[in-house]
Amino acid sequence: MADTLKSDATVSEGLDRRRFLTWVMASPTLMIAARLGLDVPEAEAAKPPEGATTALSLYLAVQTDGRIVTTLPRTEMGQGITTAVAMLVAEELDMALDRVDVRSADADPRWAIQLTGLSSTMRFLTGPLRAAAAEARARLVTAAALRWRVLAHTLTTAHGVVSAPDGRRAGYGELAEDAARVLLPAVSSQPRPVSRFKLVGQPTGRIDARDIVTGATRYALDLDIPEALPTVVARPPTLRGTVQSVDDASARTMPGVVAVVPLGTGVAVVARTFGQALAARAALRITWTPGPASALSDADIRTRLRDSIGPRPLPPLFTTRTLEGRFDFPYLAHATMETQSCLARVQGGQAEVWLGAQDPKYAQREVARALGWELTPWRVTVHITRAGGGFGRRFFTEAAVEAALVSRAIGRPVKLMWSRDDDMRHGHFRPASHHRILAYLGPGGRVLGWHHRAAIPTVEFPHGFGDAITALAGEVLPEVTSAVFFALSQKLPYGFGWVSHELRDVAIPIPTASFRSVFTSQVGVSNEVFVDELARELQVDPVALRRERLTSNRLKAVLDKVATEGQWGRSLPPGVAQGVAVLEEWDSAIAHLIEVDVTGGTPRVLRIVIAADVGLPINPKGIEAQLQGAAVDAMSTTLSAGIHIDAGTVREGSFADYRWMRMKHVPSDIQVHLVRSDDRVGGVGELGYPSAAAALTNAIARARGSMPTRFPILDEGV
Amino acid sequence: MAAHQFILNGQTVSVEAPEDLSLLWVLRDVLGVTGPKYGCGVGVCGACTSHLDGEAFRPCIHPVGGLSGREVVTIEGLGAQGLHPVQQAWMDEDVAQCGFCQPGQIMAAVALLKKNAQPSDADIDAAMSDNVCRCGTYVRIRAAIKRAALLLRSGAGGG
Repeated sequence: MADTLKSDATVSEGLDRRRFLTWVMASPTLMIAARLGLDVPEAEAAKPPEGATTALSLYLAVQTDGRIVTTLPRTEMGQGITTAVAMLVAEELDMALDRVDVRSADADPRWAIQLTGLSSTMRFLTGPLRAAAAEARARLVTAAALRWRVLAHTLTTAHGVVSAPDGRRAGYGELAEDAARVLLPAVSSQPRPVSRFKLVGQPTGRIDARDIVTGATRYALDLDIPEALPTVVARPPTLRGTVQSVDDASARTMPGVVAVVPLGTGVAVVARTFGQALAARAALRITWTPGPASALSDADIRTRLRDSIGPRPLPPLFTTRTLEGRFDFPYLAHATMETQSCLARVQGGQAEVWLGAQDPKYAQREVARALGWELTPWRVTVHITRAGGGFGRRFFTEAAVEAALVSRAIGRPVKLMWSRDDDMRHGHFRPASHHRILAYLGPGGRVLGWHHRAAIPTVEFPHGFGDAITALAGEVLPEVTSAVFFALSQKLPYGFGWVSHELRDVAIPIPTASFRSVFTSQVGVSNEVFVDELARELQVDPVALRRERLTSNRLKAVLDKVATEGQWGRSLPPGVAQGVAVLEEWDSAIAHLIEVDVTGGTPRVLRIVIAADVGLPINPKGIEAQLQGAAVDAMSTTLSAGIHIDAGTVREGSFADYRWMRMKHVPSDIQVHLVRSDDRVGGVGELGYPSAAAALTNAIARARGSMPTRFPILDEGV
Repeated sequence: MAAHQFILNGQTVSVEAPEDLSLLWVLRDVLGVTGPKYGCGVGVCGACTSHLDGEAFRPCIHPVGGLSGREVVTIEGLGAQGLHPVQQAWMDEDVAQCGFCQPGQIMAAVALLKKNAQPSDADIDAAMSDNVCRCGTYVRIRAAIKRAALLLRSGAGGG
């Protein structure tokens, strides 16, 4: 890629003061690439960026039909990033939202960070997107000025058209080729100030809604790759068990069966239809070697976690009383609606795979490694499709490895699908955990310290955090990455004196992965539940305690908002109570107020009131959707959904026993109030989970008069 | 292997398939109709929900054998003449997130509204609680069903 020119842009007015580099990519029509320019000294600003092509953040292309195609190293899994990105592009370029397309890039080492997670997409890409789109606009205007021989600053843009005062008009499509050859923009390429936004910040429907409601959306297995054969894999009863021997005589003779292919992880069956592949899979007779966790059940795991907590540390000076809370969290399956799936075509020393992966470069490495191509990973092309949910599960790409191996073995393309029980029983799980929280009280109810020690099986981050260095650390030293992530992510937003969070990393041979909110889904939740216990001990109102001790004004603002909107303290019948909790993470702040009724057998959530400060809310409608969805996740895992391990086997095999919330469990009232502070773009994807889980638990504690300490709560009786 | 003839989205189709092959795989793997999704294969998640003779059903547990002459409608056949009011309501309420369960949710909602033009919250709970949405869009599904009910009563279309 020959890069001809660049300029730099600083997105200012406090939203993001970082510098972004933009440059024109060699192309017949205008293409602008952008990346973070933090590491580039100002003196270099006039020269083409050294190595810029290896650190791309995104690029956009103006097509001759006037459409703008934005290519991102990110994956749409339902979180709405394509809509938010299109809104930013349409805003800077003064064009209609439906003229902007957003695509996920193939795996490519040129992308600086090609990973969808850590609530990072809009935090990281808003700046480069605005810079690239503003640069494109400046060049389109300049191209029109040169064509019409008028002063560029007299021209205006609207609806994807450049207009001159004399009435001449040219669409972006007509200018796309000329704009690619503009040497220097003659008008400012600064992004416009937030105060002039017309579209960004307005509640906007998803750009992919029509395809979804008409069934036209294509997930990996819906793609039309000619002759791709349905494939399923027989898997061991225990986690990470292996094949000892296989008798496939009867399976091979069943209707529609094309091939039986032994794999390390199981035995693949290829057939004309998935129905036939599944029937033949059931007819395989396999002797399995039990996996490494086959001696472990829930009770053993809980004991090992509890035993790792160790003795209490010495309390701070002047401690008069120590409160102790203990909490147990279960393993969780991500249970995405679209099970793990991948299409693969391996032929002639090249491989192509199609899947919805959260880390395409990891998928590429893993497939290359499985095929024995570690040194030539570029022989593997990874196409990113839309994913039917991710939540952390799609950092792992076993389906791609299996599909590639089977395709190579039979010399034909395959579409490989995990059945629901495969997906549930052979997942990478949010690990179980045990927590001990010690709150140290001094004279007069002062809180002198807060000591939280969490025993959590190592969370596997082999994919790292999107760049090569952490990926290497994740693979070589998994517990280091897990501990580093823990240390970076866990904070307590209260003035509680000496605060300490410690991770006891426990080696348990059950596959793990990050899950929406990662460690905060346990540490952050139990902290907020124990803050309520502290309030009970001190005999103060939990909202009043938080107001007094919170160290963040943003948190105080969202707490006040839910207390007002949710009418905190209003009179409720016996057995019905309110609970609150807060969280500041990913540069955003949130509070939940939840009302629950415990008079029936199962706690029933009546109402959820959410207030969030996510900085500039790019698409309030999408943010509201994420927060509503995260609240349902929190309800599910707090009340009823958890994974049980019986001698190395996962008990739950479908949504019949993994009791995720259904329509009848979810209140019709989940209000979201956005408290705006337009000086930043905060993360949203994971924000809505922890304080929802804690507020629900706190409401149940207040309704019942005792604090739940084991999740899911319906397991208490087990 | 027998030939099975049935009506799919208004067209008569004839497929060669074993009697016991479930309709989901006939639709997806033989006919290339991919709107109905695989979510569980055992009738507990509702991702494949479609209509058989106008009633919601689960193609994943329905063998193709018993379909002769019957009428199957999938999400692809719903808005043949433009968007069905339920689809429109789904867009207006911006229901979908990952979208994978939504064809099934929409087909279940259309079947509900056919029988009950003005469903209460309890009716919606009863009719929709066998369709899982892992993204947690239930609040908006409920709102979209109510909106669609209004659209249908005001004569904005049929189905």
